[in-house]
Amino acid sequence: MIPAPFDYVRADSADAALAALGEHGDEAKLLAGGQSLLPLMKLRLAMPAVVVDVSRVAELSYVRADGDVLAIGAMTRHCDVARSADVATHAPLVAYAAGQVGDPQVRHRGTIGGSVAHSDPSADVPAALLAMGASYVVRGPGGTREVAAADFATGFLESVLAPDELLVEIRVPSARGEGWGYQKFTRRAIDWATVAVAVQARGGDTAVALANMGSTVVRAAATEAALANGAGAADAAQHADEGTEPSGDVTASAEFRRHLARVLTRRALAAAGSMNG
Amino acid sequence: MNVNVTVNGTAHSVDVEDRTLLVHLLRDYLDLTATNIGCDTTSCGACTVLLDGESVKSCTVLAASVDGQSVTTLEGLADGDRWHRVQEGFRTKHGLQCGFCTPGMVMAAVSLLEENPAPTAEEVRHGLEGNLCRCTGYHNIVAAVLEAAQGSVTR
Repeated sequence: MIPAPFDYVRADSADAALAALGEHGDEAKLLAGGQSLLPLMKLRLAMPAVVVDVSRVAELSYVRADGDVLAIGAMTRHCDVARSADVATHAPLVAYAAGQVGDPQVRHRGTIGGSVAHSDPSADVPAALLAMGASYVVRGPGGTREVAAADFATGFLESVLAPDELLVEIRVPSARGEGWGYQKFTRRAIDWATVAVAVQARGGDTAVALANMGSTVVRAAATEAALANGAGAADAAQHADEGTEPSGDVTASAEFRRHLARVLTRRALAAAGSMNG
Repeated sequence: MNVNVTVNGTAHSVDVEDRTLLVHLLRDYLDLTATNIGCDTTSCGACTVLLDGESVKSCTVLAASVDGQSVTTLEGLADGDRWHRVQEGFRTKHGLQCGFCTPGMVMAAVSLLEENPAPTAEEVRHGLEGNLCRCTGYHNIVAAVLEAAQGSVTR
């Protein structure tokens, strides 16, 4: 299988990428590591006229601990996020989730920014970033804006990114020393999550994010509320699927996904709690 | 478009369509057919090659994207008549049945040992998650990689 014909443009800087987007408008599609986009293009589910390759924009590949904020360049690959000492210190949940993406070959190509921008509700890293209260720095022709992770995804593979905008940085408030947990259920090791749960404790509060329990990654609001009201982890986990709208597909029925959300939330909360803050 | 790429140590300049995938550049333009196309959907890992020393699935990389980079395929692994230790491990432990997944398995294992020179059996299994053996011959494949890792310690 090969993609439909397109014109290839290599961008070597963020400025060059923005210029190419400005020139080609919504005919163009940004290509990061390509581990989601290229399969879609090979299946002809995506047929952009122009592909703007940003995978080797070196200025967007970095991890910086900046006081209480961890800044990760959008083109930092999953393998580099997973083995970064700074990510392990300030956002171990993100480091772990990055190591759960696909398989080693996919992690050698796929990037944190590509995963976020793709907005797949079953993706590992966006769920972890949602639980951590991350924000995303977006550059466009009019300048830079910062979008909270909770406000980023608007639907299945859809986000607030405009066709002429580029995600440049992921900003994560440090959770150094806090408890966290990540639980993922898959039929095969390399599959997208049937359901995944990311838990991040922070100063006595606990955030819980769910992957593949709706058209976007979502917070388990009822579980978080129960915890805030003093419920134990096992009881709070029973509310994990409340307010969610999981779909049924070949891997799992909606009912099974609801069950998984409750069980995996219980396990992730237990893991976070056992770290004792 | 023109792609400049070093494959198995030899510099090539190839004119390809913009949409050409790396695996087709290797197989159809350079006649390097050890790299197999299996699932063609980023699942099976039969097309695994090294890009600047790291394993990637060449069915899911554009040829245009690797301009200026180095690719290693199974053909480039041996040093003359001397096999790479991972190839030797697969031979010694009979780490193959039909052989279709073998080129990808070997290249994935080379990358794995580069990142983790002394893996446990469990780490080998996780490290090869991106490669499927339809014969289900995983037991001997894991043994082969462990054999290769031990070789690296004694040599």
